[in-house]
Amino acid sequence: MRGLLTLATTTHRAVDPGSGLVLDPGTAWTLNPRVAVRPEPFGALLYHFGTRRLSFLKDTRLVDLVTALADFPSVDATFAALGIAEDARPGYVSALQRLADTDMLLPSTDHA
Amino acid sequence: MTLAPERRPSLIDHFERGLDSPICLTWELTYACNLSCSHCLSASGRRDPNELSTEQCKEIIDELQRMQVFYVNIGGGEPTVRSDFWEIVEYATSHDVGVKFSTNGVRITPEAAQRIADNGYIDVQISLDGATAEVNDALRGKGSFDLAVRAMQNLKDAGVEGFKISVVMTRHNIPQLDEFKALADEYGATLRITRLRPSGRAVDVWDDIHPRPEQQRELYDWLVAHGEGVLTGDSFFHLSAYGQTLPGLNLCGAGRVVCLIDPVGDVYACPFAIHDEFKAGNTVTDGGFAAVWRGAELFTELREPQTGGACAGCQFMDTCRGGCMAAKFFTGLPLDGPDPECVRGLGEELLQGREADLEFPRPSVDRSHRTSPPRPRAKSRPVPVSIGMGAPARPPVSACEIDPLAGFVPPGAATASSS
Repeated sequence: MRGLLTLATTTHRAVDPGSGLVLDPGTAWTLNPRVAVRPEPFGALLYHFGTRRLSFLKDTRLVDLVTALADFPSVDATFAALGIAEDARPGYVSALQRLADTDMLLPSTDHA
Repeated sequence: MTLAPERRPSLIDHFERGLDSPICLTWELTYACNLSCSHCLSASGRRDPNELSTEQCKEIIDELQRMQVFYVNIGGGEPTVRSDFWEIVEYATSHDVGVKFSTNGVRITPEAAQRIADNGYIDVQISLDGATAEVNDALRGKGSFDLAVRAMQNLKDAGVEGFKISVVMTRHNIPQLDEFKALADEYGATLRITRLRPSGRAVDVWDDIHPRPEQQRELYDWLVAHGEGVLTGDSFFHLSAYGQTLPGLNLCGAGRVVCLIDPVGDVYACPFAIHDEFKAGNTVTDGGFAAVWRGAELFTELREPQTGGACAGCQFMDTCRGGCMAAKFFTGLPLDGPDPECVRGLGEELLQGREADLEFPRPSVDRSHRTSPPRPRAKSRPVPVSIGMGAPARPPVSACEIDPLAGFVPPGAATASSS
């Protein structure tokens, strides 16, 4: 789902730290505590203080999703709680995967 | 896209209308500098006596934190020569404002490098404009290459990974692109290349050092081939008209998503536009940075839809967007026309057509060092001087001469002695 998320290349480091983990929507994930969220009319701007990487979330539902992840035992449970339709979920999963690849999201152990 | 039946505005559309807070900004901490680079975009050299105090700097950082501006690019002048440099940097990083600072390396001692390694929220950028001392020092001054390399070695030894080597592209260093990349790799650094703007002192040397048209193509091709691991500060979007869009945001963010705060708190639309024409206000006298960013008339105008002017009908308007405002302004071209380095050559035509006696806009403030060999000025002409007036009739009289008749020549004596 191109268009939900833009990764700015202006501030990235030469090597991405990337967790390399596959985001399984059946498991719990959370926003990295080193990432700040700045609300914007188009969605939000994410800034990772560790990698100094900026990402732009161009979808307010994606912003809701990302900030709510920590409150639920799985990504699927978050989808359900936010009322995100089944057919829209794969698009969100790939957007979340890209955020996981850049260390913006981390697997959560709180619900294990 | 199942979520949005109608075309949603692109990110660029949002950015062009301006954000409530900048994405990032440049903050020149001082105009003082140990070097006198001939292309200095802020015409730096001497410290301004009205430089912001430590407390005033901290107030700006508090505001940036409230506005969620996550990082600032600190520069100068040479920012590290401020005695409170580390205090300001560490205040910023402990208040959620990350710092990237540009330096010529003069104060990057092993201790400073260790401090940077320990902090983790500081990013360093070493300025280097030639991959060899010969090319670098011609622009930045004798010894400046060694200064930068020593700093890079200190950073490497301290284990600072991924610091930046920042290069302004000129006609003399474009042939060295591969060498720059190799140099960056050698020090575990990341190469960052940016565009030369005719701003500050560069207004005087731009004609002589800006890339030739065929070199622009060379640079573009190199970026397409090697652009992945190279940062560009988004400054080559005017080259996108050659074909594929280069990585990055590709827009002029001046006054919309970026700006500049200068050492006395003046806020300008962008780092390359230090001129009254682009001054939005002052952080001290106009109620703080947020008030200037959100309320300045100039910024409101910049956030209006732009018409594109003479470029409106161009097929490349979508990617090039008319190029760089500052580049046009300081070369005396209209702001709503093509960039002086327009890849179609339209800017070049306009440059050729300028009136011979056109006065270019000069920096409104110039803190260049007054000493040392005078820097070359544009359109300077040889000044005719007469040297040699024949041998003096007699040796000059010393100021210490105590003879009361010193310098007195009796009438007739000169004629007699010269025969």
